[in-house]
Amino acid sequence: MASKQVNPTRMELTRLKSKLVTAVKGHRLLKDKRDELMREFLDLVRENMALRLKVEEGIRQANVNFVIAKAGMSQEALREALMAPKQEVTLMEDVKNVMSVNIPVFDYKTRTSDPNDIYSYGFAFTSSDLDGAVKSLADILPDMLRLAEVEKSCQLMAAEIEKTRRRVNALEHVTIPETQAGIKYITMKLDENERSTQIRLMKVKDMMLEEAHGYSEK
Amino acid sequence: MSKIAVMGDYDSVYGFGALGLDIYRVTDAEEGAALLKKLAEGEYGVVYMTEQLGELLKKERAKYEDRITPAIILIPGVSGNTGEGVQRVKGSVEQAVGSDILFGDMK
Repeated sequence: MASKQVNPTRMELTRLKSKLVTAVKGHRLLKDKRDELMREFLDLVRENMALRLKVEEGIRQANVNFVIAKAGMSQEALREALMAPKQEVTLMEDVKNVMSVNIPVFDYKTRTSDPNDIYSYGFAFTSSDLDGAVKSLADILPDMLRLAEVEKSCQLMAAEIEKTRRRVNALEHVTIPETQAGIKYITMKLDENERSTQIRLMKVKDMMLEEAHGYSEK
Repeated sequence: MSKIAVMGDYDSVYGFGALGLDIYRVTDAEEGAALLKKLAEGEYGVVYMTEQLGELLKKERAKYEDRITPAIILIPGVSGNTGEGVQRVKGSVEQAVGSDILFGDMK
């Protein structure tokens, strides 16, 4: 690999060596992080898909029920019946940390504890199909909330995994080999310098001997 | 403490009103974008959106992707399921793994 220009000095060599140690350590840690995130993500995304299919089917069913309910009463009566809801849902958010990814945890509370408060109308003037329709929608609400939690978590984790994967690859295929090549280059250059110094000294010794005594060692 | 909103055309969302969720009738992209911005800055933790509306607000939704709240979740509207929600799940597998290894053989 064509490495960058490095100064063949001992200082640079020490610097590169410590850089390599850090890079290798970081690579190992990030790889572990990636693997663990991936494991959690795969479990979560399977749940996500199952929940989504369930919720979509539930909503489809509820919509069918609402259409039937609508057929049994006038548009105005239906709107009036659902105009002023009795129940109110508040959402409690919390944050959970999974491998340094913050994912949301949702919990919900209804204003009143009476499950029948979802029927915001008198039963006298509405069709019974409407009760069934509202009930079918209420039944999938917990799943919908769990879906929101899981799907958001999946999106956040997917983004984090992508980032971590890029970092791991960059370290593995760029930073570490480049540093290793740099270290090798400096080591070879320093060895070469040392050899040439040695040879020069031997030559000088030869020349001095010849000058003083008129003979060479050879 | 926050609230849950449902955005979409009236026929798709009115049922959720009875459960105590806040419903917002929107079918228009511009109106939806403004409303989504308002909801996201306000006190909403989860925003459910019909797939039909979600299609119009793709750009706006992307803004909130890396934030914890609001979680924008697509739900099928009354006019049918476009498959966008399922596609979104597959998309995150693709993003994380590189290719869809889990649900690739699903329709």
